[in-house]
Formats: sequence, C-alpha cells, structure tokens
Amino acid sequence: MRIDRMLTVARIDLRRLFKSKDYWIPMAFLAAVFFLGLPFMLLSIVTSTGSSDLVNKIGEVLQTLPGPVQENVVGDTPAARGAYMLAVYLLAPVAIVVPLTVSSAVGAHAIVGERERGTGEFLAHSPLTEREIFTGKLIASLVPGFAATAVGFGAYSLLVNLKVGPLVGGWFFPTPGWWILILWVVPPFIAMALAVILWVSSKVRSTAAAQQAATLVSLPVIFAAYGVSSGLLINPVLAAMAVGAVAWVLAVSGLVAGSRSLHRERLLGFGGDG
Amino acid sequence: MSLAIRFSNVTRRFGAVTAVDDLSLEVPGGSITVLLGPNGAGKTTTVRLTTGALNSDAGVIEVLGLDPKTDGDEIRARSAVVPPKPALYDRLTGWDNLTFTAEIFGADPAAIRPAAERFGIDHALDLDVGGYSTGMRTRLALARAVLHDPEVLLLDEPTAGLDPESARAVLNLIRELAGRGRTIVLCTHLLHEAEGVADQVVLMAQGQARIVGSQEDLAGQFVTNPAVVIDAENRSSLDALRNHPDVVDAEWNGALHVRLTHLDKLPDVVALLVESGARITRVQPDNPTLETLYFEMQRSLRETA
Repeated sequence: MRIDRMLTVARIDLRRLFKSKDYWIPMAFLAAVFFLGLPFMLLSIVTSTGSSDLVNKIGEVLQTLPGPVQENVVGDTPAARGAYMLAVYLLAPVAIVVPLTVSSAVGAHAIVGERERGTGEFLAHSPLTEREIFTGKLIASLVPGFAATAVGFGAYSLLVNLKVGPLVGGWFFPTPGWWILILWVVPPFIAMALAVILWVSSKVRSTAAAQQAATLVSLPVIFAAYGVSSGLLINPVLAAMAVGAVAWVLAVSGLVAGSRSLHRERLLGFGGDG
Repeated sequence: MSLAIRFSNVTRRFGAVTAVDDLSLEVPGGSITVLLGPNGAGKTTTVRLTTGALNSDAGVIEVLGLDPKTDGDEIRARSAVVPPKPALYDRLTGWDNLTFTAEIFGADPAAIRPAAERFGIDHALDLDVGGYSTGMRTRLALARAVLHDPEVLLLDEPTAGLDPESARAVLNLIRELAGRGRTIVLCTHLLHEAEGVADQVVLMAQGQARIVGSQEDLAGQFVTNPAVVIDAENRSSLDALRNHPDVVDAEWNGALHVRLTHLDKLPDVVALLVESGARITRVQPDNPTLETLYFEMQRSLRETA
C-alpha cells in the first residue's frame, strides 16, 4: 500500500467535501448547536436563575450522583455546583454524538457515492489498490469528525470556562476525564462506527440505502458511547483507559475487516447487496 | 508485431447473463482495434476485463505480458480507459481532476497543462467540472487519459453525444497515439467516426468476437459485389447500364452508384457508356464504408445462425 496515493484519495475527498456547502453547513450548524448553543442555554439557566425551586432541584440531583462524583463537584453555592456538574458530566456525550454524526454522514456515501457519480469507473481502472481506496476514504471520513471534535471541544471549553469559571474560582475545563475522553475514547468509537459504515457503503447500491444503514449502525454506537462517556467521567482514569483500549482493538479489527470488503467490481456497480 | 492484449477462451458471467462468452481475441501492439457490436455485445465488459477492473470466470487474459488478475495494478498504471461517461468529479475544477489523476498514476505534474491545451480545455481548468458541457467533459477525460502516456488506451464509446470538433479530437488522439506505437482499442457503434482508423475490426455479438480482420480484408470477404460511382454530363446516357449483364444493380444518389459482378468488368462498362454517347465526368471506386461492412457482417451472422 502506497501512503502517498492513499493520502491523495483522502485529500481529493476532503476537497470535494469542503466545496459541498450542502454538507458542511448543516454539520457546522449541528456542531454549533450541540457544542455551544445547547450548553450555553442550559448553563445560562443554571447560573443566572434566581429561582430557589430550581436551585433546590439541582441540589437534589447532585445528591443522587455517586459519592466520588459529589466529592469532585466544585463550587460554593448550589448554582455553581449545578453548573459545574452540568458542564463536566451531563454534556460529555455531546463529544461523541457530534463527531460521529459528522463522520458517518461522510462515510455513508464515500464508496457508494463513487458508483452513483460514475467516478467509481475511474477508480476501478486506476492503479490504486482496494486497500488504498478504502483507507483514503476512511481518512477522509475521520478527518471531519476529528476536526469537529477538536474545534467543538475548544469552543465548549471556552464557553464553560467563561460561564462557570467565575463561579468556581477560575478556569477549570478540560478536566482530566475529558482529556482522556477526547483523546483516547472518542477516536476509536468514531473509527469503529466508520468501519461498519464504510463496509455498508461498499455493499449497498445507493447513497440513500447507505445513509439509512449508517443511521442504524450509528445509533447503537452512539448509545454505547453516550453511556461510556458519561460513566468514564465519573471514574475516569483506569476505566477510561480500559474502555479506550477495548474500543481501539475493536476499531482496528473492524477497519481491517472493512478494508477487505471493498472490491474493484463494486466500484463499477456490480455485486451490491442492496 | 508482439501482442499487447490476448484473450483466450475468456468467459465472464453476471448471474444468469453471460456478458463475455468464450472470447478469444488478439490485439497486436501498436495497432488500432475497433470493437463493433450492438449494445450488450460484451464490448464494455471486455474493456473492464482488460484492465482487471473485472475478473474473468474462465479463460486466460494477457495484457502487456501480464495477468490482470495478479498484475492488475501494473496493467492499470500502464493503460488508460476513457469510459462512455467521463467519470469526472463535478465538484472539483478541471485542474483538480487532472492533478488527482497525475498523482495516482505517478505522472509528471508538468504534463497537466500541455495535456489540457492539447484538447482545448486549458481555458476552463479553473472552473468546476459540474459546469462543463458534454464536449468539455470528454475533452477533459481525454486529457486525463494521456497524462501518464499510457501504453494501452481503451476508449469505450468516447464520441457518444459529442460535437463534431470533440469527436475529431478523439480520432486525432487515436491516430497520434497509434503513430507513436501505442495500442488502441476503440469500442463504438458510431461507425462513420471509426471509418478508416482501424487496423483491425472486431465484430462482437453475444460476448464473442464473431468476425475479425482488417477493413480491407473484411470488405473483400463480405462485400462481394464491388461498387463504383459514375456520373456524366448527360445523365440519361447512363441508363444504358440498367440491363448490362455485369451490373448487379444501380441507383441514383447524387450520382449513379453501380454494383458490378466483378471489378475487372469496370473497363467494359465504361467503354459501353462511351460508345453509347455518355460524356463521363466521374468514375470512382465506392469502397464499402465501415457501416456497410458492419451491416453485411451482421447479415452474414444472421444467415449463418
């Protein structure tokens, strides 16, 4: 496998994607809503409320959290503690949902899209190996997800530090748990989902079918990731490292298997299952 | 002359459909081979089998001395295919499309602009291909195909839907590459465009190469009555040919198109006309066109069947 050719496939896909406003504008909107809009709204409500009822309810919620979590929650007032809890624990799954959605939207039509446009014929007659094509497509699907994670994570960090920081004695985010989540746990979950989505994309006959299948595939991964990311932040280091390691193994296995699913004939439109 | 492509009893099926059926075919290196045949004859599958984009179910294929099943990457690096639809990335510029090709085929980036200029598409390289006309797209596909100077060029209906200028660009490319010793395989059903370019004509039907030969040889084989075009100042004088024993038939189509029993009889026919007072202005061999040949070959196949 030649890395330069693989990167060429990825680069050309990313270039096409960058020029597809109908793709990245909705995705940017989605990321903005989840990383900025929603947290801003919720944190604003918690930090600026004068309602003693709401503050009491937040206090009740805090009482339900596990002991170690309660110990880690910072803040002198119920509102500050509630905002901290919201910022650190409750919004963590956003870090998975957004990049996964962004990447799966690209991955779903990465291969079947080549068939539909007719450009699969060009790739099929090119000296690119199936592995180079698959890996190039994978990189092109991962990059938007990782970019969304990095930009969104940065923006989210800024937001929570600005909104909650003054209430808890200064900037506090990212916490160690979030670093592990972003750098160690999120990437393999995205890769795992993409391995399946690209496998599906190489099998079906239309982008519509690929997107439907990708949604079905993504949902369980999102739910799993949601649970894992929330739980990891509660008991971060060892559990996160272990879960991340398992996810990486599954992701790499899935990618190796997925890369074998792409056959040149499929680029021409033969052998689809859908 | 060594063989560039050899198919030996090759079969390829798609489910219940046999697209290529026990096909045997040889394409000499540096030649122009025209594959003729109706839709579904197996021409496109033959092209795809040649580069290894499709694998055969049976038989042996050799391209540039290599097996497409095991050495497909090398064959594809040394060949180029121009498919019926140009297979370009619409959301990229012409320049991006050519750069992409140059990178994956390992071509010199300096070859991009000359290739575009050659096909008159250099003025549009900065535009997205989605805004190109059909002719511009085909020109870009042709420029893309020659970037890496392929040893084998496979053109699958490249002139379909093209304006005359673009169609001529295709034929000029074919002649030029063949002149430089490249091997060309042209699939077409636009017979007048392939007229006179083929070193070898292959009539495909039902996945087989049913008739193979040069245009001249096939003309001799399938067009048994040679034709001539005759005209005269006093055209009524040409009516003398109507009942001539060596004239098979004659019909007006701008001039008198006469089919003879044998070309040796032409001097007798002309002499008769002169004797009968015809002031002849034109006597010209009416060589069978590829189109005539095609239909004669098809008729022959039907009669054989």
